[in-house]
Amino acid sequence: MIVSVHNLKKRYRRVQALREVSFDVNEGEIFGLIGPDGAGKTTLFRILATLLLPDGGTASVDWLDVVRDYKAIRRRIGYMPGRFSLYQDLTVEENLQFFATTFGTTIQENYHLIKDIYQHIERFKTRKAGQLSGGMKQKLALSCALIHAPRVLFLDEPTTGVDPVSRKEFWEMLHHLQHDYGITIVVSTPYMDEAMKCDRIALMQDGQFLQIDTPQAIIAGYERNLWSVSSDHMHQLLGHLRQWPQATSVFSFGVTYHVTVSPDADANRLRNFLAQKGHQHIDINPISASIEDAFMALSTTRQG
Amino acid sequence: MVLPFLIEKEFKQMMRNIVLPLIYVLFPLSVINVVPRIATQEIKHINFSMVDNDHSPLSQRLVHKLSASPNFHLVGTYPSYRHAMATIDNADADMIIEIEPEFEKKLITHGMAHVAVATNSVNGMKGSLSTGYVTQILADYSAQLRDEAGLDAGITRTARFNVEPRYLYNTTLDYKLYMIPALMALILILICSFLPALNIVGEKEKGTIEQINVTPISKVEFILSKLIPYIVVGLFLLTFAIFLAWLIHGYWPVGPLWLIYLFAMAFVLVMSSLGLIVSNYSSTTQQAALLIFFFMMIFMHMSGMLTPIASMPQWSQTLTLINPMRYFMEAMRAIYLKPVTFASLQWQFMCLCIMAAVLWIWAIVSYRKNS
Repeated sequence: MIVSVHNLKKRYRRVQALREVSFDVNEGEIFGLIGPDGAGKTTLFRILATLLLPDGGTASVDWLDVVRDYKAIRRRIGYMPGRFSLYQDLTVEENLQFFATTFGTTIQENYHLIKDIYQHIERFKTRKAGQLSGGMKQKLALSCALIHAPRVLFLDEPTTGVDPVSRKEFWEMLHHLQHDYGITIVVSTPYMDEAMKCDRIALMQDGQFLQIDTPQAIIAGYERNLWSVSSDHMHQLLGHLRQWPQATSVFSFGVTYHVTVSPDADANRLRNFLAQKGHQHIDINPISASIEDAFMALSTTRQG
Repeated sequence: MVLPFLIEKEFKQMMRNIVLPLIYVLFPLSVINVVPRIATQEIKHINFSMVDNDHSPLSQRLVHKLSASPNFHLVGTYPSYRHAMATIDNADADMIIEIEPEFEKKLITHGMAHVAVATNSVNGMKGSLSTGYVTQILADYSAQLRDEAGLDAGITRTARFNVEPRYLYNTTLDYKLYMIPALMALILILICSFLPALNIVGEKEKGTIEQINVTPISKVEFILSKLIPYIVVGLFLLTFAIFLAWLIHGYWPVGPLWLIYLFAMAFVLVMSSLGLIVSNYSSTTQQAALLIFFFMMIFMHMSGMLTPIASMPQWSQTLTLINPMRYFMEAMRAIYLKPVTFASLQWQFMCLCIMAAVLWIWAIVSYRKNS
């Protein structure tokens, strides 16, 4: 296991950021940490990147202990913090050069690794990093994290605040790095749609993991019937759906409500039920679950 | 070797800052050019009012003698002390000189007469200095009169001696010459402690420290990369200030120049290390700025820059022993005014070196790459 974490704990004064988290990442895999803000993703990254000492438990990266062998780990990982943290007053090329030199390498030596990414921003190489757009900043940050050919990449919310096109490009680059160079990638994201692009994901909330599996297995394991329901009185609909005895959970999902229903539920009976309450244009469709549905269901089960 | 590259990066960032390079030039220029002209303790214009109750040739001569002095300016002659007092109340005059009635007659018959001097001492320094000047002029006048009278009988009875002070090193008691070395120390302490103090904490605020911390750069390399640029900047500023002092005021150190640089290097190392320590412990630039400002105020006022250490209370004199600026100030003034050798300043140098070593190590230890 290239990344191995056992019962990791971390507490900040009154907040328990990590509660005995355990997981393993296989070599060459893209492992996603999915969870809302404050779930503990950044804390976990900072411990794995040797920037933070855990209160308890153990963690190893590339078979090296994060506390004992932190110096050796720093040469083998690339870390991209959630906040853009390159020198804004240095140019694109100077930043890349700087990080190459601090790792005792050169841009030329590992250019093949970053070529596909760096190409996008190379024509701006004399521009100061602070003047780049959000998407280009992320590409530069990824280039800088890759320039010393790390074995594992830790990317903390790399696509937050990035436009949809750049986000898509960014994920294509990650897959490319995985397939062509076998780099292991641990990535966190608050976007549920990006979870599907990972090989395995961990759903995280309040400093603990709800479930770890492939995205497909997580969805498949979410066996309950799921309906998407809408009508012309969306505001009242939420309350009425919750009154229906066979609905086990209802939550808002875009322009419709996702309703989990018991296996014996009948869509026509729900239609009649809602019609009695005065709804028109009632639309009920059975749908297949998404990661977000699974996450919502899992997190409500925990709380309940 | 990563260090030269790290230092190059610091300089690049420094030079891309719009304000910093400008400050490096303007700051010494304004401090060395302007401050010695305005911060002076010489009293140049003393306005005085006369009350001559005698109106004799001898009293008239005294009035002329006083007004002939370049430092004294006669506001007016008044019939009584009360009238003259009004000029002091209105702040037109700083001093009243009153000649007693029958001044000339008493001088000739008794060889003794009185002149009253009243000085506005709201500003104590100015009051005592101008009284001193007047006393000198009066003593001079009385000596003149005695010479003219041809050593009359009354004088031989009392022994009389003249005190002629000889001012060593600063022969003309030029206040500028005393202040300029101190101002050079001021330039160094401001630039070389403030900027390092804001540096590391600035990287913390911008988040760039996160990225640096995951690199294999060692603590020593990192701190050196922050320290060396400020030593270079400090020595540049000092050179510029020495040049300006020569160009504008015509002052050149009497002692050896290399000794100034030796002391400056030790001093800048002390102050920059202190700045970096402050930076390491602070989490915002505001905290760091206030903290280093606190140190600077204390260091300046306890360095002997403005008030001599010897006139401080004993407890504070003892405290100045841990003030790096005290040693640098002493050395700078000594080198500028006296033909000193290293041997005569070795104690000051030792103290600075010990502080530099302690603070430098502290700066490295207090910088933590993980928390």
